[in-house]
Amino acid sequence: MVDVTFQPNRVAGAQATRKRGGLRNALRRKSTVAFVMTLPLILLILILVVYPAFYSLHLATLNKSMAKFVGFGNFEFLFKRDTFWLVVKQSCIFAISAVVFKALIGFIVAHFVHNVPAKKQRKWRGMLLVPWVIPPAMSTLAWLWLFDPSYSAFNYTLSFFGIGPIPWTGDAMWARFSVILVNVWYGAPFFMIMYLAALKSVPEQLYEAAAIDGANWWQRIWYVTLPMMRNIIAITTLFSLIVTFANFDIVRILTAGGPLDHTHIFATWAFRVGIEGSDVPLGASVSLFMVPILAVAAIFILRDISKRGNEA
Amino acid sequence: MSTMTIDKSGPTRKVKYGSMSRDRAWALRWSYFFLVLFAIFSLTPPLYMLVTSLKSSAEISAATNPWWVYHPTLENYIGLLTSNQFLRFFWNSAWVSIIVVTITMLISVPAAFALARMKFWGSATLATGVFLTYLIPDTLLFIPLFKMFAVFGDWTGIQLINRWYVLLLIYPTLTVPFCTWIMIGYFASIPKELDEAAIIDGASWFQTLTRIFIPVALPGLIAATIFAFTVSWAQFLYPLVFTTSTDQLVLPVGIITTLIKGDVFNWGQIMTGALLGAAPPLIIYAFLMDYYIAGLTAGATKG
Repeated sequence: MVDVTFQPNRVAGAQATRKRGGLRNALRRKSTVAFVMTLPLILLILILVVYPAFYSLHLATLNKSMAKFVGFGNFEFLFKRDTFWLVVKQSCIFAISAVVFKALIGFIVAHFVHNVPAKKQRKWRGMLLVPWVIPPAMSTLAWLWLFDPSYSAFNYTLSFFGIGPIPWTGDAMWARFSVILVNVWYGAPFFMIMYLAALKSVPEQLYEAAAIDGANWWQRIWYVTLPMMRNIIAITTLFSLIVTFANFDIVRILTAGGPLDHTHIFATWAFRVGIEGSDVPLGASVSLFMVPILAVAAIFILRDISKRGNEA
Repeated sequence: MSTMTIDKSGPTRKVKYGSMSRDRAWALRWSYFFLVLFAIFSLTPPLYMLVTSLKSSAEISAATNPWWVYHPTLENYIGLLTSNQFLRFFWNSAWVSIIVVTITMLISVPAAFALARMKFWGSATLATGVFLTYLIPDTLLFIPLFKMFAVFGDWTGIQLINRWYVLLLIYPTLTVPFCTWIMIGYFASIPKELDEAAIIDGASWFQTLTRIFIPVALPGLIAATIFAFTVSWAQFLYPLVFTTSTDQLVLPVGIITTLIKGDVFNWGQIMTGALLGAAPPLIIYAFLMDYYIAGLTAGATKG
């Protein structure tokens, strides 16, 4: 019905455009229209992403009062400081171990959810994705309270098993563990969802064929599931590596870098130095150290995505 | 059980089938067992928030069983929901998120349409650029952006730092690239015949977008909207850097800077605030879970 009522208008409109200009005119208009439509996006990216990115390169070459050009002075200063190397080490430990555990847990849980009858999968998936939905700043507060030195609910529970009070955020090693634990808790559901989507796209016939050939469960995973999911695993892991490496909320709220800078990662230390310590150039230099790793991960992601595009 | 005994008496091949179905039954039991474990792991912090939020300060400091409420009370909720400061945070967050969602949609939907359908010079490069922008984290940009807005304030006299509306300018850098990216994916999956038919019938590009593309790609649009909202609501770093006065703060930063006073943690109120702060995304998620998950998976699979 709607079509019928619209039809006369559309025909009239078509005739009108045909009269007004030829194909060439329409084409010229098309690119102009397209440019106008993307202009806000281009401006946003140029002014608020590309410019600040280069501006931080410029900032990194200034001294603290930002009046004098010091070249690589800030970087030389950083290389001489032990705290900087501690931050580098911790960032790598934090990002790599968190991503590995997130990927492993996500993979395992995705299999369990996939095993469950299809009707019940929705319910389980819904429950398991909750950590990803809650704003990390809010859920980290809950963890902070669970880790509280004197009222820790975990220590209360563990005391029944005779395990002494654990200094969750007080001791350097435990604080690192806690920070990674919270990050894994927050990020594993994302992997679970991605892997579950990938698992569902693996044709059932492949498993049947493998079962007929006598493959055990491990061989089914190694020779069927993993090769079929390789691309999703690669993209998800690289993407998570970027996000985890650049993490701020969890470390900031849980430990604020303490005890004695033993949980600082690049982002939190850059904040401490650049905003709280109001040494903007040094903070910019610190955050620039995230770029190489991010760039490598981004290149691989782009390669994988364009590969997918070519296959499709 | 009876089928299994029959299988055992049959030829060797049938035994395999029998053991396979038995394996499956065990696999299912183990799956449920581990799923329950993981669900406990996932839901402990939010449930603990709820438990603590129902306790009075006296009960919290009495150090009874922390997992249980003996004297449930709503005093924390009443305290926060009647506090002008907390309501102010809530409204700031709500306004920022709603306006950012609107800005994001106004920028990314036309751009995605142009990039998906109207091939023009540099459109492929721009699409890749959009994706790359999405990979640039907020922690890389907060220092130069802070300095930029400070310098901008010195030059023009327009003070943007420590005003909640500065977030309206900054949040789109987080939301627009991803929303554009997934909208490109959704728009590209619409059959070409549909818009060709519209163009032949004399629709302008704008009409094609509003009458054909937006209605057809509505699920994608909803997914993008949810994403933009949750990102703006949850963002913590930018408001922490750009706003300091208590009347300019948004919810996550407000809770952390005002409810934690020195070493005194009013945990009942903090947990109540955190739960109220987590409520809008959770409610959206509860009602629109499928769209939420579609948006989550589209980013990487639609490439």
